[in-house]
Amino acid sequence: MAEVEDTLKRIQSINGVIGTIVLNAEGIPIRSTLDNSTSVQYAGLLHQLTMKARGTVRDIDPQNDLSFLRIRSKKHEIMVSTGVKYA
Amino acid sequence: MSSKRPKSKEARKIKGKDKKKENNFPTTDEGASELDHPDYIFPLVLTSATQELFGCRADEDLTGENPYKLLKKEDIVQDMKTRASVSDFSPVKQLVLDYPEDELLLVFDRDFTYGQSFYLVLTVEAKDNILKPSVQGDDEEPITHEEEVEEEEDMIIPKTPESHPWMSLGSEQEIEEESVTESRPRLRYKISPLLRRCGAPVFFSDRGALDRKEGFVECPSYQDKSFSIRAMERHTAVQASSDTKHSTTQTLWKYPRNTWTQYESREFSLDEKEHHLRSENMKNFITSVLTRFEISLQQNHIADVFCDDWTALCEDDGVLMGKTETTLKEYQSFMDLYFSKEKTISHIRWHPTISGVIAVSMTERLSLEERIDNSAKLLLNPSYILFWNFTDPINPQLQLECPDDVLCFQFCPSDPNIIAGGCMNGQVVLWDISAHVERLQDTRSGGKNISNNLDRNNVTPVVRYCAVSGIEIGHKAPITDIQWLPETFELSKLGIPVENPSRVSVQLVTCAPDCCVLFWDLRPPRAVSQSLTDVKQKSQEKPLENPHGVPNTFKHLNLTWKPFIRVSLPKIGSSGEYSPLKFSLRDNTVDCPTGDKPPQNVDREEGCGFAQLRVPSAKQQKPLENISTKLYVGTEDGELIYTDWKIEKDNDSGRLLSSKPIHRLLVHDTLVNTVSRSPFFRDILLTVSSFSFSIWKEGVTSGPLLRSACSKMLRTVGHWSLSRPAVFFIGKEDGSIEVWDLLQNSHEPSQIQNISSAAVTCISTSSISSKQHLLAVSDRLGTLHILQIPWTLRRSSNSERQIVKKYFEKEEGRLEYFQKRQIQHEKERKEMEAEQQRKKTEPMMSLKQEEELEAEALKEYEQFLALEKVILKNMGLLTVAEDRADL
Repeated sequence: MAEVEDTLKRIQSINGVIGTIVLNAEGIPIRSTLDNSTSVQYAGLLHQLTMKARGTVRDIDPQNDLSFLRIRSKKHEIMVSTGVKYA
Repeated sequence: MSSKRPKSKEARKIKGKDKKKENNFPTTDEGASELDHPDYIFPLVLTSATQELFGCRADEDLTGENPYKLLKKEDIVQDMKTRASVSDFSPVKQLVLDYPEDELLLVFDRDFTYGQSFYLVLTVEAKDNILKPSVQGDDEEPITHEEEVEEEEDMIIPKTPESHPWMSLGSEQEIEEESVTESRPRLRYKISPLLRRCGAPVFFSDRGALDRKEGFVECPSYQDKSFSIRAMERHTAVQASSDTKHSTTQTLWKYPRNTWTQYESREFSLDEKEHHLRSENMKNFITSVLTRFEISLQQNHIADVFCDDWTALCEDDGVLMGKTETTLKEYQSFMDLYFSKEKTISHIRWHPTISGVIAVSMTERLSLEERIDNSAKLLLNPSYILFWNFTDPINPQLQLECPDDVLCFQFCPSDPNIIAGGCMNGQVVLWDISAHVERLQDTRSGGKNISNNLDRNNVTPVVRYCAVSGIEIGHKAPITDIQWLPETFELSKLGIPVENPSRVSVQLVTCAPDCCVLFWDLRPPRAVSQSLTDVKQKSQEKPLENPHGVPNTFKHLNLTWKPFIRVSLPKIGSSGEYSPLKFSLRDNTVDCPTGDKPPQNVDREEGCGFAQLRVPSAKQQKPLENISTKLYVGTEDGELIYTDWKIEKDNDSGRLLSSKPIHRLLVHDTLVNTVSRSPFFRDILLTVSSFSFSIWKEGVTSGPLLRSACSKMLRTVGHWSLSRPAVFFIGKEDGSIEVWDLLQNSHEPSQIQNISSAAVTCISTSSISSKQHLLAVSDRLGTLHILQIPWTLRRSSNSERQIVKKYFEKEEGRLEYFQKRQIQHEKERKEMEAEQQRKKTEPMMSLKQEEELEAEALKEYEQFLALEKVILKNMGLLTVAEDRADL
């Protein structure tokens, strides 16, 4: 627990990072540094996009899997990392 | 009733043609058996004796109109009895006797419809029928008449159809004819063979069909004509019946119903979150994923991902223009033939709001001695400020009359109709051109109006000045610079900047070589005591008309105007004062204080404000803190003075004294003719004097940021460019303009262009539109040249300002470095001197020291030799011979 906290703090403290959200496999936020409504909104949208991206990657090559997704917009960049399902 | 008869008659005619003949013949005996008339009608022939007896003589008693006669049965019976077989009624004797009623109807058959002249109606019903319709017909008319008289409404009584008994018209007889009935009983025959043949033994034998001719019967085919006959007529019966089909449908009845749904995003409870966070999987996941994030974030740090290189690339391209126009193109030049003779232009100002209008002040082109010589003549020649409009290069639009040559003038920033100018004799002059603004604006719109108004064309209106300051109390030297204070603040008596509630520029600053800078206020001064006579005088003055058509704007100031602050410039470190030529104030912008309504300039009447504005009392005014009260002054001796205009009270004498200047910088050799601030940087100044110019930064006192080399040609005036932070223009004595671009070269001008043959006296820039920037240059001959600034000189790139800022900072750093180095040099120099001093005082000590040094050196050498021997011995290199030699 403490290690997880430390790691999350580390990411959050890097210069330029606005917020961090951790979701479970279904897209429900577990931990977030942003306020609740924003977290929920981001969780919903990004979960869908990640599923789509993952589906795309696996359709092309079933052995492959999505590891990292970066969305760069005019104002910000969103980075999504997917890991092995930990149930 | 009569219609029935012909029908039956026709029916009988079709069927019984042969009987028709019999009809026409009168028969008396065969009445009942013949079917030529209905049963109830019996044609009769009545002899004239019978007719007379019964009173039914033909055409006398019974006429065509009244053919009916009722005969009594008894009379008929008696007649028959009396005359027996001779009676005409004998054939109907039985019928009459059988007649149920007492009266029989005899009808005179005028037309012989039934074959005889009379007929007898045999049945009661028929009688009624015959009588009734006629009776009814006869009766109906009187009845209707009666009815009409009595009740006109119920004309026709609606009758329900009554069912009459079926009257035979002979159709059942046709059916009877067609039907087949048995006329006799059927005959039955039974045929059977002889019994003896039954049961007898029978012997069968074969016989071939072809054995005998009679063995077979041929039925050859033959063409039966009946089949080839085409049936032309056929009796067919058609019955139409509709096609019926059974089908069913059922509609779903949907009615609108309000429903709603509410959802909530799924979230974990705190416990669940904790549980998840604690799990081992989570830890592994986070740690594995962390590296990727760090790599990505680092990438973002290294290269700015949000910078769009493509758009940034295109900003700095000036090479797109095919012809790089770098020269200033001549746009227009103004020269007034009448007014500009022997005159020169001393100052140029663009009209701040009306585009295309420029004002120049004309002064005499004479040196000081010449002025003194010609002073009498000069008084007769008044000087003017001319307004030029681009649409009319020959005639000026407006002339402002001045009491003396005006060396500098300015438009009021809050009201462009007010112009303040400083004269040669030290007076400050005010003009109000509100009456003529339309003329200036009108001609701006085009030449169409000019052609219509011919009378206005040739005469340039002359506007006399509204107010002048008092001669004794103003400057004692020609006013060389004049500026308005912005409308955001004003100064109190002590020079403290306070809030200006009226949002109108009310204060002026002037300077002259009489060693003082004066502050003037446009509002009427606070009168200490207002006597009644003054009030009366004022009320009496009002109805007086203005003698010269001068507006009343500044009537309160005329000839009594005096400055409210006098700033003198005592010299630092020595007695005497500086003589300012030009000055520059810091551009102070003040925010609108909360609670005050923003000014509504649109509603302001022209020229109303100044007379009614009052200098507020010192208590009411709120001092503003952000305003810098310091100004730079360029002097006649080439110095740049940095001073504060606030007045201090000298405790000893109780007089108000201005403070001593903060510092003074001597840079130039001759008088400073321009001190101007950069429009982009508030603390950068440009000072130009005859041989060189310098750029200064406010606050940096060690020296100028940039100092130009001395030029051979005198520099007469300098001006910053309004659009590019790094560009400024310098005018020279030979009539050329130098364009300096700090981005390109800082040691020489980037461009030199010759404008005219005489010296340049003033430069001013204006931007009419974003595509047209104009440079107004005046020369000593009195010609005003308008030049167009090319694209390269007016378009600044985005980073130019920053580049220039960095350049200035770099220069500042250089100055600081120099200072430091200088200090260090001083220190080192002092140290060196101190050392030298010390060396001189101890010459003997040095000899002794030398001997000691020699002895020490020898010892060291011997030690070294010993060491060398030891090392060589250890290394085994030393030869035995050397070793022994040393020993």
